[in-house]
Amino acid sequence: MKDDTHTVPRTVPIQSATFSNPTNAEIRRAAATGIYDIRGGGSKRKVPHFDDLLFLGASISRYALEGYREKCDTKVVLGTRFAKKPIELDIPVTIAGMSFGALSGPAKEALGRGASMAGTSTTTGDGGMTEEERGHSNKLVYQVLPSRYGMNPDDLRRCDAIEVVVGQGAKPGGGGMLLGQKISDRVAEMRNLPKGIDQRSACRHPDWTGPDDLEIKIMELREITAWEKPIYVKIGGTRPYFDTMLAIKAGADVVVLDGMQGGTAATQDVFIEHVGLPIIACIGEAVRALQDMDLHREVQLIVSGGIRGGADVAKALAMGADAVAIGTAAMIALGDNDPKWEDEYNELGTTAGAYDDWHMGNDPAGITTQTPELMKRFDPIAGGRHLNNFLKVMTLEAQTIARACGHNHLHNLEPEDLVSLTMEAAAMTKIPLAGTQWYPGKPGTSY
Amino acid sequence: MQTFDLEAQGLRNLNAALQAQSKETNQTAWEIVNAKGSHAIAVGLDSPIEVNVKGSTGYYCAGMNKQATVHVHGSAGPGVAENMMSGTVIIEGDASQYAGATANGGTLIIKGNASSRCGISMKGVDIIVHGNVGHMSAFMAQSGNLVVCGDAGDALGDSIYEARLFVRGSVKSLGADCIEKEMRPEHIEILTDLLERGGCDAKPEEFKRYGSARKLYNFDIDNAY
Repeated sequence: MKDDTHTVPRTVPIQSATFSNPTNAEIRRAAATGIYDIRGGGSKRKVPHFDDLLFLGASISRYALEGYREKCDTKVVLGTRFAKKPIELDIPVTIAGMSFGALSGPAKEALGRGASMAGTSTTTGDGGMTEEERGHSNKLVYQVLPSRYGMNPDDLRRCDAIEVVVGQGAKPGGGGMLLGQKISDRVAEMRNLPKGIDQRSACRHPDWTGPDDLEIKIMELREITAWEKPIYVKIGGTRPYFDTMLAIKAGADVVVLDGMQGGTAATQDVFIEHVGLPIIACIGEAVRALQDMDLHREVQLIVSGGIRGGADVAKALAMGADAVAIGTAAMIALGDNDPKWEDEYNELGTTAGAYDDWHMGNDPAGITTQTPELMKRFDPIAGGRHLNNFLKVMTLEAQTIARACGHNHLHNLEPEDLVSLTMEAAAMTKIPLAGTQWYPGKPGTSY
Repeated sequence: MQTFDLEAQGLRNLNAALQAQSKETNQTAWEIVNAKGSHAIAVGLDSPIEVNVKGSTGYYCAGMNKQATVHVHGSAGPGVAENMMSGTVIIEGDASQYAGATANGGTLIIKGNASSRCGISMKGVDIIVHGNVGHMSAFMAQSGNLVVCGDAGDALGDSIYEARLFVRGSVKSLGADCIEKEMRPEHIEILTDLLERGGCDAKPEEFKRYGSARKLYNFDIDNAY
């Protein structure tokens, strides 16, 4: 009998798209351990994002400003609605809230240094205000979080703005967890909890439940601080139209809106990847709420979640935001996930760029840790310089685009400067599909 | 005695006047009339003054108090003495939800009943309730003492950390990781002091002590509720 093993074509093995290797590996990991995966960061899967939008630039119908010589202003004032002392920033890129505890003291110092050099603000986080960040931040936003770890009236009075955190994009509706490995003596003392235990941050505030209560809470904070401080309300991107409206109704000076690409120190992977909206799906709805209340630009909108460079800044502003906030990008600028630590990432079973066990406290880059030996690797002065450089580049990039669109202030960017590259982006943003005047659901169109 | 008519002079003027008192002020006694359930009365104080509020208060009376004694001659709305740092707050009547929420220090005395979530996330305060407390009281309570001379509602001490809970009456149910604990001599001593400070007509031996089983302190899926 003839052996035709090597001559008859065979069906090649096909990897299931549904049961992919990473999916199967996660099933095996869950089966072996019985616990869900906890990690830091934001959504890793590809979702509609700023890359799905393009600028049109000037031509005959609009004239451009000269590349880098003509003035293109970048200043932004936040908190003009009620606060006696609004915050004035040189650039519309702020540093998002990241906790001392999740980050080391020197990392917080570096954020303050970099933000101050660039003329912008930084933000505390769950765990209270440290001397490092207050001392090195010209403009510091103090978060009022459900846990109220470290909350006290003295810090409330020495901040420059107050941010009531209702939710964040990575986990709208969820609280946080700081594993015991990162609970050093200092972190434990600031949070008034025993050393070495896991610390839960509650998912909802302890002393208010709904928008009517929030209005009174904001009034109390204003009374304690003599109505001087701008009060931000931060929400995760879920129902941006209604949540923005309710935050404004409750008395917010500024609404901070965070999409699902926004990072967290630690939560369940299933939460990060399956709850919440991409930021580009949120901005238009929030702006619509502001416009419907006739308060667009009087109540400022800060958006965050996956902002990586000047193009993202310009697109967010063109959609109607007043400023953006960066978290993950700022950490990368400081040195997080740097390939120079590749050997150590490999030892931890990961690789530079994919490292997300920020909650474990063994960060090779010395940023998301409380371990003294690792913290020594991070130089807050150099880190601050790098962050300042990055913020400058982001601003220059955004200005380049704004000038090309003919605008002498980043705030003059407008939705008409943009087109959508995909049907999904067009449907989510109501910005017409490139080469058309149409987006799905446009009034007066049949489909 | 400084008398302040809240209705006539307004909340901002009241809080500005009280907050402006220095530690050495001679104007140590204040009386607030026409409170009429207003919110945020006497918040953010930071001097050893005594403020007597005639009537009931709305939300967050004595919020973030430091040093001052705030005495409400009526009932208090939600969040009374929230995040208090030090000083004393006394409620002659009942207190609504979240009394003493996240408070770091000082003493909160409620002579009537307290509603749900009394002492939620408390971080060092001593809360003494002459009557009952509602459901979910001492939720995620971190440290300090909660004394309940009456009964406690459902889910007392859910997800509690190191706070001590003393209840004289019944406890409808205990929350996750909250258990009854032995009342040792040192606890009797602590409770004796608290009852005296609270002006309670009760004997420490009549109370049971509750606290954390500490099973949720480090993440273990077998302890998931």
